[in-house]
Amino acid sequence: MAPKTKTARVSRNPELVRGIGKYSRSKMYHKRGLWAIKAKNGGVFPRHDPKPKVSEPVEKPSKFYPADDVKKPLVNKRKPKPTKLRASITPGTVLIILAGRFKGKRVVFLKQLQSGLLLVTGPFKINGVPLRRVNQAYVIATSTKVDVSAVTCEKFDDKYFTKEAVKKKKKTEGEFFEAEKEEKSALPQEKKDDQKSVDAALITAIEGVPELKAYLAARFSLKAGMKPHELVF
Amino acid sequence: MPFKRYVEIGRVALVNYGKDYGSLVVIVDVVDQNRALVDAPDMVRSQMNFKRLSLTDIKIDIKRIPKKKALIAAMEAADVKNKWENSSWGRKLIVQKKRASLNDFDRFKLMVAKIKRAGAVRQELAKLKKSAA
Repeated sequence: MAPKTKTARVSRNPELVRGIGKYSRSKMYHKRGLWAIKAKNGGVFPRHDPKPKVSEPVEKPSKFYPADDVKKPLVNKRKPKPTKLRASITPGTVLIILAGRFKGKRVVFLKQLQSGLLLVTGPFKINGVPLRRVNQAYVIATSTKVDVSAVTCEKFDDKYFTKEAVKKKKKTEGEFFEAEKEEKSALPQEKKDDQKSVDAALITAIEGVPELKAYLAARFSLKAGMKPHELVF
Repeated sequence: MPFKRYVEIGRVALVNYGKDYGSLVVIVDVVDQNRALVDAPDMVRSQMNFKRLSLTDIKIDIKRIPKKKALIAAMEAADVKNKWENSSWGRKLIVQKKRASLNDFDRFKLMVAKIKRAGAVRQELAKLKKSAA
């Protein structure tokens, strides 16, 4: 007799061929120790009474069925991670920005924000690039590094850089074009102070390296004979 | 115009194609009309087509297919490394390698230095022109 196998329990009856065990029914009875179980129970196989059924609460049929069978979308538990930072970009790396109004500028990398964008600063005094976010894809990482151990940039996150919600009120068409152009909110003093505090430590570190200040002040451009795929940055 | 650099045992050549591109090797034997047995201190002795080699002026004194130790000793005795690095061909290659490995910052510093040097030369020239006039 081929005994029932519990999960993670090997059969005591080795298989000779598929469907044929080595031991006969009587041998298996002995091997499984059913005689010992019976002896323990006074000559009868132990019998357990069925548990009393727990009565389930009566479910009433629902009063409302929707007209169309609408499929429920599958549940999505995906949590997006910040973009993988290139190994060549570490805090203090000099980056070359490739697009936008600061294209060609060489800036210092501070840290990667939660959204995946890179926090970067000119420093402002050297090349006019403020504390700014920049996408990793629009940046070339050079192998030049600046010492940023003295700079604290913990307080900067994506919320710091969101635009203020502009209240729109366009009523009269005549005054529309003239009045709107005048409004340009001035940069809050707090941001200017943040810029100064971050740059102060950076600039002392930069002035320690000869010619680095002039390097950061200059823009990068491709000249004749420069092949980007052969250049070492 | 006779030939000056001959294929002979002991001729130092520069590999100009393939995996060992840019390395100096010594011809230790000739296999046939097109191929040579070639050896260097840091490579396994192997055959190479002559078309992959550029002969140099340097020659060392070895017997046909020397043992590695003997080859290295002969190269030391002939001072191949220094002769190569001081030759104009060798110096050009070193400069090319250095230029290719320059950092963006290094290129900036180089540009600044060139401008400075050109400025100094122009000043001197102006002085000389003035004194000549």
